Parts: sequence; structure tokens; C-alpha cells
Amino acid sequence: MPSLSVSIQPEDFDIGQEHLRLRAQDERVGAVCSFLGTVRSQNEGLPVAAMTLEHYPGMTEKAILSMLSQAGERFDIYAARVIHRVGDLNPGDQIVWVGVTSAHRGQGFQACEFLIDYLKTQAPFWKKEQTPHGARWVDARVSDDDALARWGIDAPRQAFD
Amino acid sequence: MNITLRYFASVREIIGTGQETVETQALDIGQLRCELMVRSPRHGQALSSDKAVRVALNQLACREDTPLSEGDEVAFFPPVTGG
Repeated sequence: MPSLSVSIQPEDFDIGQEHLRLRAQDERVGAVCSFLGTVRSQNEGLPVAAMTLEHYPGMTEKAILSMLSQAGERFDIYAARVIHRVGDLNPGDQIVWVGVTSAHRGQGFQACEFLIDYLKTQAPFWKKEQTPHGARWVDARVSDDDALARWGIDAPRQAFD
Repeated sequence: MNITLRYFASVREIIGTGQETVETQALDIGQLRCELMVRSPRHGQALSSDKAVRVALNQLACREDTPLSEGDEVAFFPPVTGG
């Protein structure tokens, strides 16, 4: 069973420390793959001065642990961790980090991409941006659902689409 | 039966609260949404049928035909935009 963990937090994180911790005391590891998402200063043609991330405490952790379990079943990995920040963020800030350890790079790269694709469409987070035209909620992207479909998972057309 | 409602993001802002408890006769999520749409003009706007609204039952994604039970927590929110 891979070691799986999730952290939802307002605080920033140190990706160097996270890489070290993820592979600590596991000499089977031959690859660490990770993805870091950061706040862009532009979106949909407008400058973004700041952003607030809202989430659904309780459901967020459950949803991400379920994704991590599925990654553990699909891919040959030793450990996987997701960190996602919430609250007020500024351009350049780190938002999300996905880290995976494995024996070889192929399974690690795939598990990492699977996790971020899944998180983008299924974890209950919502971004609100501050722009020169005022605050606006970010719209979900169809391309994110398409990214998930590549893994053979249809974004559930839950109630009412 | 009594259920707890949770609202997030734009749905929360339009309705004007993040949580409320209601007594309902609805048998499933779809019927519940129809009941809520006539609860107030704000509910009607937030949950209107031309909007993509996601729903979770007891913190798990669910469908329109998912049945309801006493004490359930039902959340309504727009499509997610994390990551």
C-alpha cells in the first residue's frame, strides 16, 4: 500500500522539504515526480491582483484521499502527497503541489498528471479573482474535463448539467 | 425530515448564507432543488435550472436521483476551479 497524505492549509510550503520527506527512509525510490501550481498575474485577458480560494472543509480532504487511493491502485507508486492552499493568495504564490515517488519515472509522471487532472475537476475548491473590473468567480474549463477523460474517467455529469 | 444545507462560492453569495437547516418532503436531490428554488427569489436565482450546479450528499458527489434521509448534509455549489 502506498503512503498517501493530503494537507489543506492557508500557509505556504517548502517544496524542497516536501520532496525530501516524501522519499525519506524509502530506498526503493528511484524517481520523485511533482507538479507545482502557482497564481498567474493574468487570466481571461485581465490582470489579476489577488485571489481567494474557498473550499468545502471535510469533503475536500475526503475527495483528495479518494483520488490518491485510485492513483495507488492504478500506478506502481510508493508514496503520494497533495498540498493545496486556501484563503488569500497573490500572483506568484504557490497554490498546489502534487508529489509522487516510484521506482521508475514513467509510473510517477503518470500518477502525478492523473492526480492534478482529477483534482482540477473533482476537488471542491473555488477561485475568486480581484481584477480591475472587480471581483469575479473563475469559470470551470471544459478542457479540464477533457483532461480527466483521457484517463477513462468521465467528469460525473452530476445532477443538473 | 430535517436536513442541513451547505452553499459554497457564487451559490453561497447569491443566497446570502453558507448554511441552513430545512424541513423537507423531498425524496431525492432533484426534488429538493425544486423545493428550494421557490424558497426565496435568491434561492431561485442561485439554483435556477439554467445554471450548472454540482451537489454533494454527506460530502460525496451525488446525482439528481440520489435519495435523501433524515439528518443528511446536502451541499450545492458551482463547478469546481481549484488546482
